Amino acid sequence: MLNDKDRIFTNLYGKSSWTLDGAKQRGVWDGTAALIQKGGAWIIEEVKTAGLRGRGGAGFATGLKWSFMPKPSERPHYLIVNADESEPGTCKDRDILRFDPHRLIEGALLSAVAVNAHTAFIYMRGEFVNEARHVQTALDEAYAAGLIGKNACGSGWACDVVLHRGAGAYVCGEESALMESLEGKKGQPRNKPPFPAQAGLYGCPTTINNVETLAAVGAILRRGGAWYAGIGRPKNSGTKLFCISGHVNAPCHVEEEMGIPLRELIERHAGGVRGGWDNLLAVIPGGSSVPVLTKELSEKALMDYDGLREVGSALGSAGVIVMDKSTDIIAAIARLSHFYCHESCGQCTPCREGTGWMARMMERMVRGEAKVEDIDLLWDVSKEIEGKTICALGDAAAWPVQGLIRAFRPVMEERIRAAGGGR
Amino acid sequence: MLLMGCPMPKLTINGREVEVAEGVSVLQACEQLGIEIPRFCYHERLSVAGSCRMCLVDVEKAPRPVASCSMPCSEGMVVQTDTPAVKAARQAVMEMLLLNHPLECPVCDQGGACDLQDIAFAYGRDRCRTTEVRRRVRDKDWGPLIATAMTRCIHCTRCIRFMDEIAGAHELGGFHRGEKMEIAPLCEGPLLSELSGNLVDVCPVGALTSKPYAYRARPWELTQTDSIDVMDAMGSAIRIDSRGGEVMRIVPRLHEGINESWIGDKTRFACDGLRVQRLDTPYVRDSEGRLQPARWDEALGVIAARLKNAQPSRVAALAGDLVDCEALFAMGQLLDKMDVGNRDCRQDGAMYDTSVRAGYVMNTPIAAIEKADAVLLVGVNPRTEATMANARLYKRWRRGGMVVGVIGQAADLGYAYEHVGYSPVALRDVMDGKHAFASVLKAAKNPMIIVGAGALARGDGEAIHAAARELAESFGMIREDWNGFNVLQHAAARVGGLDLGFVPQGQYAMGTRSILAAAQGGRLDALYLLGADEIDRTHLGKTFVIYQGHHGDHGAERADVLLPSAAYTEKDGTYVNGEGRVQRARRAVPPVGEAMEDWAIIAALSRALARPLPYETLVDMRGAMVAKHPHLGRMEAVPVNAWQPFGKGGTLSLQAFGEAVPNYYMTNAVCRASQTMAACTAAILPLQQAKEAAYG
Repeated sequence: MLNDKDRIFTNLYGKSSWTLDGAKQRGVWDGTAALIQKGGAWIIEEVKTAGLRGRGGAGFATGLKWSFMPKPSERPHYLIVNADESEPGTCKDRDILRFDPHRLIEGALLSAVAVNAHTAFIYMRGEFVNEARHVQTALDEAYAAGLIGKNACGSGWACDVVLHRGAGAYVCGEESALMESLEGKKGQPRNKPPFPAQAGLYGCPTTINNVETLAAVGAILRRGGAWYAGIGRPKNSGTKLFCISGHVNAPCHVEEEMGIPLRELIERHAGGVRGGWDNLLAVIPGGSSVPVLTKELSEKALMDYDGLREVGSALGSAGVIVMDKSTDIIAAIARLSHFYCHESCGQCTPCREGTGWMARMMERMVRGEAKVEDIDLLWDVSKEIEGKTICALGDAAAWPVQGLIRAFRPVMEERIRAAGGGR
Repeated sequence: MLLMGCPMPKLTINGREVEVAEGVSVLQACEQLGIEIPRFCYHERLSVAGSCRMCLVDVEKAPRPVASCSMPCSEGMVVQTDTPAVKAARQAVMEMLLLNHPLECPVCDQGGACDLQDIAFAYGRDRCRTTEVRRRVRDKDWGPLIATAMTRCIHCTRCIRFMDEIAGAHELGGFHRGEKMEIAPLCEGPLLSELSGNLVDVCPVGALTSKPYAYRARPWELTQTDSIDVMDAMGSAIRIDSRGGEVMRIVPRLHEGINESWIGDKTRFACDGLRVQRLDTPYVRDSEGRLQPARWDEALGVIAARLKNAQPSRVAALAGDLVDCEALFAMGQLLDKMDVGNRDCRQDGAMYDTSVRAGYVMNTPIAAIEKADAVLLVGVNPRTEATMANARLYKRWRRGGMVVGVIGQAADLGYAYEHVGYSPVALRDVMDGKHAFASVLKAAKNPMIIVGAGALARGDGEAIHAAARELAESFGMIREDWNGFNVLQHAAARVGGLDLGFVPQGQYAMGTRSILAAAQGGRLDALYLLGADEIDRTHLGKTFVIYQGHHGDHGAERADVLLPSAAYTEKDGTYVNGEGRVQRARRAVPPVGEAMEDWAIIAALSRALARPLPYETLVDMRGAMVAKHPHLGRMEAVPVNAWQPFGKGGTLSLQAFGEAVPNYYMTNAVCRASQTMAACTAAILPLQQAKEAAYG
């Protein structure tokens, strides 16, 4: 249970002003110049101490990522803020963008110092119209107040922050596709290596982080990495925004301590499962890309990177999708398969062809128009996609299907038998 | 993380150690060891897409299989290419590729030469596991050259990358997303690039095939003959695929010095012109003005009768653009025996000084363009006149650090340039430092000037020739290690003709212009057209005209005697390309009907004239030629030409440069007979011109 004093996102619900005045009242932009003047190396060290891991889904250690940036050269360094939040079941960045944009801008500035960048791009999902308005207003305020620009906060560090709106492709949230899109090309992921730290935006060293990750940096530097590391569990430290949706009594968005039990999260903040905990069928704990958990696993799942890996799922973006027993779980996962088929960029073979194949098979599974062996084929196909694609979209498409088969194979077989396809 | 940027990393592949150059990919390292890696999207001359995923290999410590085409080698890497996991991964990718690929190999033109077919044989499952409906994709109109069957497309994007990176024409793109992705021209309609035919070779499946060649032959029925192209002066390396005495298709052959892996559309597609409009027997014009078939001895007899008593000063010969060195040499010797000095191999009427070889060839070999950092194009459109040279210029420009200036028409060349001026006077401006491009040339390490042969055919051609030489000398283009002075010829026969001295001999001898004027003025008794078609044949007066050639084209229209000869695919002929590189075309099919090789016709005529040339076989004939011109015996050599003063000054005119090749698709008798080239002229040329108009 997170103490109120440890909360970072104190305007998550938009109850106070999102503009500069409001942000300053919440402590944003307090002593930023002094933090910048402590230098990039110090910032990286503090963030490493904090144990901050990427909040976009992959959970890579942020401080370590920053330290991959090469030494300064004549090539510019770039920082990119990934605000292309499109993961189904997730709306955490959105509330930061619209209710606390200054916290993000300050975090971006501090991170830019850490990675030696003088330009930061905020790549925002195209559908976020009002969010873009808020962020742009905040940027204008920050420029006018000298908080960013040629002499950010009077620290002597020059940093421009530019807002760019995407056109709404899910795959553009993948970091290298995002950079392609930002460069004005078709949003398709790049092969790695080279990694962005070597050759990212316009071929220059680039660091790209999620909104939530960067927005936490200001608080971490002000209060110390050790404070942040003290929250949560070892290697899974800090606070996290959870979006709880689906069949709960009070869907909500909440900041909580990492490692909170899933059941506690749902019952304390979301008013419990509709019809009581025993009415629970399954939970997708981390946005649409991660495998689904059964009720049994949900009971013992701890909501952090390692805790969810132990039960065969992942934290992902922490979009908790709760499904009660009224749910047609096959149809629910089929909808996700359709989503990934629709959002595949079409560049690499397994994802382009495989997501369509899976989606069509899933459609048949919903109606039971299949043979029991087709479930094995479906499993095979998902394995043929997994791990063979350029980016993680292939994996993300495969995992929900694998999770379904792992947890609900009897339901699928029953459906097939009922439709007369079984033996 | 693996170590990167290590010079000459050493790695282990399937237990064998290999040392590779920095930046080499795992796939290339495997090739070094002779280990074959299946691939679709990877093409050694295009950028790496890494998207087909067929080239997956196992790399130790990597959590998942790795696409070997896009993975650079690093020190100590341990790679496995033949584990069960790799095999399974490739099988998985293969299954995905075939998932929506139609099962129509028997009716697909790619059959037998299809990467997908071959690799599926090695990695495909023996049965299909899907029951879903296969995707259908609407076919697109890519013009008269490329047949599309887009349902077969496997989205490797080679075609897009080829157009962007080699052709310099951003005409293709991937539309839509996921399984709905389609490859299509950005603007609907035919492709406009004159390199578009290479898409047929680049496409690994049957999505893009040759339209003119459609359903004509299977690859295993074809006889392959390595030869060279004569559609322009580049001498691109080609392979002639024939069946039963008929040329079925022409495809490129690798030549790093000239065309790399590509050829122009004219080179590839004009070959259907070899089947029609052919002269298959000698003809003699009867008293009523009609051409009547004749036997060889009759035809030669008619000529001998006319030439025997003719005054040498009233006889002349003009050679065309496709003639080989053997014919030019034999013709030259025959004319010498007859004391005839009136001859020219420049049917465009150019009169520039040809006494120094460096003055009429490209002294910068095509491959050396890649070292240039500044280029001034004078009165030349390399895109239409020497497509492969332009491709090399584009390649160099794309790498960055090369500045191009253009004097002449502002055409779309694929790369950006500074337009220096329209007329030759701009040459003087650069020379005097009045134009800013002078400083570009001054600052350049390896500057080049490329003067079009068309520019030298103008009235002030000699002055342009001299001014260009002056400019080259004063801007440091002529050095021990670099010669940046280039005359870009656009006729395959030209450099050979000039090397053999097929120009007016003697003080009062006439060149092309004077010969044609003399014919019109009735001062010429006989004119021998050796494949010369690009002349104004309407003003030849009453002159007795002999046309020796392979097509009933312009030259034949007006001729009094027609002598049928072999086309470039039907003879062993020596050609010298624009760089001065000596090459040989090879006989792929026999000549049509009664036709003979050009030199043999001339030798026969010499006997009819009782002035026999001293050879009866090709070997003897070549021996005589090489004895007199030793460089013609050194195949593939590009001699460095001594720099000596040439050209005489004159007044540069203010008249703007024109186009030497207004229609790329119609430049010689073979093209003009080709239906495909006619279709291109009808479908593509107007669009090209409209684009040019918008560009200019």
